[in-house]
Amino acid sequence: MAIYLTKESKVLVQGMTGGEGMKHTRRMLAAGTDVVGGVNPRKAGQTVDFDVPQCLKGLGGDPSAVPVFGTVAEGMAATGADVSVVFVPPAFAKAAVLEAADAGIGLAVVITEGIPVHDSVAFAAYARARGTRIIGPNCPGLITPGQSNAGIIPADITKPGRIGLVSKSGTLTYQLMYELRDIGFSTCVGIGGDPVVGTSHIDCLGAFQDDPDTELVVLIGEIGGDAEERAAAYIREHVTKPVVGYIAGFTAPEGRTMGHAGAIVSGSAGTARAKQEALEAAGVRVGSTPTETARLVLELLEAGG
Amino acid sequence: MDLYEHQARELFEEHGIVVPRAEVTDSPKEAREIARRLGGRVVVKAQVKTGGRGKAGGVKLAADPAAAELTARQILGMDIKGHAVGKVMLAQPVDIESEFYVSYVLDRAAGGFLAIASAEGGMEIEEVAATRPEAVARVRIDPAVGVTSAKAQEIAAAAGLPPQTVDVLVRLWQVLVREDALLVEVNPLVRTEEGRILALDGKVTLDDNARFRQARWGADEAGHSDPLEAAAAAKGLNYVRLDGEVGIIGNGAGLVMSTLDVVAGCGARPANFLDIGGGASAQIMADGLSVILSDPSVKSVFVNVFGGITACDTVADGIVRALETVRLTRPLVVRLDGNNAARGRAILDGRAHPLVEQAATMDGAARRAAELAHTA
Repeated sequence: MAIYLTKESKVLVQGMTGGEGMKHTRRMLAAGTDVVGGVNPRKAGQTVDFDVPQCLKGLGGDPSAVPVFGTVAEGMAATGADVSVVFVPPAFAKAAVLEAADAGIGLAVVITEGIPVHDSVAFAAYARARGTRIIGPNCPGLITPGQSNAGIIPADITKPGRIGLVSKSGTLTYQLMYELRDIGFSTCVGIGGDPVVGTSHIDCLGAFQDDPDTELVVLIGEIGGDAEERAAAYIREHVTKPVVGYIAGFTAPEGRTMGHAGAIVSGSAGTARAKQEALEAAGVRVGSTPTETARLVLELLEAGG
Repeated sequence: MDLYEHQARELFEEHGIVVPRAEVTDSPKEAREIARRLGGRVVVKAQVKTGGRGKAGGVKLAADPAAAELTARQILGMDIKGHAVGKVMLAQPVDIESEFYVSYVLDRAAGGFLAIASAEGGMEIEEVAATRPEAVARVRIDPAVGVTSAKAQEIAAAAGLPPQTVDVLVRLWQVLVREDALLVEVNPLVRTEEGRILALDGKVTLDDNARFRQARWGADEAGHSDPLEAAAAAKGLNYVRLDGEVGIIGNGAGLVMSTLDVVAGCGARPANFLDIGGGASAQIMADGLSVILSDPSVKSVFVNVFGGITACDTVADGIVRALETVRLTRPLVVRLDGNNAARGRAILDGRAHPLVEQAATMDGAARRAAELAHTA
């Protein structure tokens, strides 16, 4: 099962022929992702040979020679793709995501960092109206270990298992994936660190609650906005599976952006303390360090059998 | 990036919103000339990027040009909540009949913008919202449609604003969209005794991500008042200076924020936030170390890297090569975990720098860095 991404997912890469696109498409293929094509109007009709071992998927032909399509719609028509991963630079990202939503793709994973907020607002609203789920922007993507990897999350630091993870932060995701590698993960979703993102903690919590392969959810948040507070309210009402939380940014000064565009405490709003308290009030155990968070997960899984 | 009031005023004026006549200066003598040009009687306003300047004495009425010079002299150089006043704006006073509040703010939860408006302007909107929530109207804006005249009428009606404000509401939305702003606020928007509508004071926050298409706000407007932050920005580093003794270098915003917290949990104070991202090259490591080591309050440095995409041996190589160009003057604790961690640790062991030590875990490394900061 897993959420949003499975071994059946057929993935297009918008911006595949750029530097980041090439590097990460190779990694996605190596992780077993069914990358069925790239999109670049100037290179339509070409194929790109990724030096990835043949045995990965039963694709027929050479799985590492990936065709390039002129548009997302052409790529979908030719391959049945249902996921797009976007590596397009900030100035062109809005057009790329609008194109993907317009073509009717089910899931668009926007890795690009530095997209103007007005652009994100526009494509998120458009995608919502078209029924396209957006993950990101400014995110590492998502991985269903052992099945598929859409984005830039390292695939070899963990294994398939029964923990679901949703996080604003890429490296904290990797840290927890690694600390809990002996248990393993159903799906890990990096929702992104921008003020406006397409998929929220709540969306993922709902999906994990419904996913029979997920027994426990790790929720990683950070300063800025009130997504964690709203997630806490949602957990109280709708989530029966155990949730373990971690919040970063207790020592962040007010009014300063801490790396992620959305990570900013404004006045008394968006503090780590408020988020921790809201989660704890909803029955979520919150770790004080990533390592302690991993330990809480182990305790709960042992207690629950 | 927040704009100064005088910059916000300029934007409003460019988009056809009526503002009082005003000029800005850093010189008391010039303030006198400006006051003369504006008719003698002026309001002298400190230009700082923080609220509460009225209460702090940063806004004063001057009766004539001589008083304007004197007042400007008093206000220039003042410290308002840690912000030094470098410029004052002198504005023509306005006969106010009533004061309103209007703004467009980013509603992160809804993934769009929200109009906030109230017929009770002039004070902090948070206070109005807290004491009389019914006096504050919140209207969601459809990003595909924006603020049309009809939408502006809806906002004005919801807040009980007079019909003449509709035009301002439409133009203010144009400021938000055309300038790639995340916040535009007019407080107060006033009606004069002659019935004119003026934006008396404003706040604009621009989206740093949109700099590539908003060329007028150059890098000099970033306003790094701290010399280390300015030096880091010049090297393209994502650095925030804090008030502490343990220097921090890490990869990824979330992990670095977490590192600060874990160090604080060990009883030490982090000296900075520095995210070197995915590319932990020798150059970036050297630049980061040199900025951190030039902070005299730093007593130890903690390099915390989780090798996800970045391999730890590359990071270790980067540290070793950085140590060829940067003279390490304080102990460095390194924690490498994830991809190729064993190889990375071996590289650092091989270098055997007397001031570099390694720790196997993030929590252990934080404890050690805190300890070293305390014994230094």
